[in-house]
Amino acid sequence: MNAPWIALPAALPLFAAAVSVLVGRSRRAQRVIGVVTLTVVSGVAVRIAQESDRHDLLTTQAGGWEAPLGITLRADRFTAIMLLVAAVMFLSVLVYAIGQGDEEQRHVGFHPVYLTLVAGVCLAFLTGDLFNLFVAFEVMLVSSYVLLTLGGRLAQVRAGTTYVVISLLASITFLFTLGLLYRATGTVNMAELPEAMAALDADLRRVLLLLFLGVFGIKAAVFPLFFWLPDSYPNAPTAVTAVFAGLLTKVGVYAMFRIMTTIAPEDTAVGTLLLVIAGLTMVIGVFGAISQQEIKRILSFHAVSQIGYMVFGLGLLTVAGLAAAILYIAQYIVVKTTLFLTGGLVERAAGTGHLHHVDGMLRTRPVVGMLFLLPALSLAGVPPFSGFVGKFALVDAGLASQSWLIVAVSLAVSIMTLLSMNKIWSGAFLGEPTPNAVVEGRLPVAMVGATGALVVISIAMALAAGPVYGYAQRAAESLLAGAPT
Amino acid sequence: MSTILAVAAAVLFGTGTHLVLQRELTRMLLGLSLLSHGANVVLLLAARGPGRPAFVDGRDDPRTFLDPIPQAFTLTAIVITFGVTCFLLALAYRSWVLTQDDTVQDDPEDVRVRQEPTVDIEHSGADAGVLGATGSDAP
Repeated sequence: MNAPWIALPAALPLFAAAVSVLVGRSRRAQRVIGVVTLTVVSGVAVRIAQESDRHDLLTTQAGGWEAPLGITLRADRFTAIMLLVAAVMFLSVLVYAIGQGDEEQRHVGFHPVYLTLVAGVCLAFLTGDLFNLFVAFEVMLVSSYVLLTLGGRLAQVRAGTTYVVISLLASITFLFTLGLLYRATGTVNMAELPEAMAALDADLRRVLLLLFLGVFGIKAAVFPLFFWLPDSYPNAPTAVTAVFAGLLTKVGVYAMFRIMTTIAPEDTAVGTLLLVIAGLTMVIGVFGAISQQEIKRILSFHAVSQIGYMVFGLGLLTVAGLAAAILYIAQYIVVKTTLFLTGGLVERAAGTGHLHHVDGMLRTRPVVGMLFLLPALSLAGVPPFSGFVGKFALVDAGLASQSWLIVAVSLAVSIMTLLSMNKIWSGAFLGEPTPNAVVEGRLPVAMVGATGALVVISIAMALAAGPVYGYAQRAAESLLAGAPT
Repeated sequence: MSTILAVAAAVLFGTGTHLVLQRELTRMLLGLSLLSHGANVVLLLAARGPGRPAFVDGRDDPRTFLDPIPQAFTLTAIVITFGVTCFLLALAYRSWVLTQDDTVQDDPEDVRVRQEPTVDIEHSGADAGVLGATGSDAP
């Protein structure tokens, strides 16, 4: 169905970013603009979720040019889920950042760049054109470079350099692959690709597919392309790290899902390769997490490990697998963001995130303790939280496909995840409070409130697991059926 | 024509890869520029028959002119990589101002974890204040 308004989640934040620059002298005006824009975007995302469920697919041609020449924007159920989760999360993190002050308070550029990041992420979800996906990635990445290095401290510059170089390399490879693809098929439109790819030689098709998966694999931080993530993410301001770890890598995963289901939905050899990569990503990530001593770094390694679960669902190449993976991604974005925000609360309350220096937080800040405990148990997959629902669906899909090994690995990694979460729990929250490390004073209401809201959303997703899974299943069915026009 | 461009792209990718693997930031920057030029040349090659103009006045037979879409891709890509390279240049300058050193540095947290002899999960946090950086003070 033709629906021009689906461009709003990408267009509105860009417009708001421009206005935000204009009113740069007033931080209050910037805050109002940011919060209002993201609230509206969340509303539009809800509407897209309803409409795409009714019509299967919403499309619009940017600028009125028809498909091969113009840029197609389209939203199906998978897009809608990602958009909705992303919008709500962006809003919560913005409120948190406003409560925290710090970089948000000091730099006039925070709000405009943050809104541009929102536009880039939304455009990446909405685009129906691979070259436009490249552009969306760049909008998102350039904003993330600025957010990561806002402040210009040495640690940020060091982390930023690694991040920019790796991302630029991935972008160049993406561009190169697009050149090959255009030469081979004469189109970069996702709706036309399945047919154009079917006419190609099977080996050439696989080369293109693997190049794309490699590029998106760098963005998604799968094994063995994850090494840049734990070095760069923890050095950003807390709110920014939360957005990066919760969402940016998942945009890479989203692109992997799109390209795999568009180009080669029945290539089981690549599917098996993805399962192997998924297993290694889970194991290496969780080992990395166990060896770390600092809350944000532990969580960053978990971000790597959890990507493995999503790729696991993709590698199965069944409706059940994809549906489980979509459900997993949606709940994971919320849970992971919450954990990083709680990590920020701990740093705020204790002055450091290093486990050796923080003790007895449960005694001094019981609320922060609860805000950490619930998503931590969820991440490890303990019932009845949302992580359990996601992992249960994945394991169920894996058993149905008789992929015993990957199921065993994923269950073992769950236990190790619980182990390393317990490390943070016993290190920072249990024990006697160390009096000199405790910073007095109340935590800002906006910070605690935003974190609490995300915890509530995560629990709500677990309670509404049935309908949410049904939606994810319909999304997976239309993904595997090829893009209907 | 295509062969020459293909060889040019290969040379750009080869030298670019070599430079990116160096530890000096300025060399990495030059390497990244070369790599992105290589990708741009590949994009031009995708237009089937490079050398011809994208639009010719008065003729409407599509075989006489070049496919303009890859050229549009290339323009977009040049602008984007130019911007990102400028940003990286600014980062390299900031790094020079802060450290007076042009090489990429190891992550301090990585170095610390590498130097720790063992990781004691059960007692982590119990020995508050001790970083164990040298390994001699592990329990």
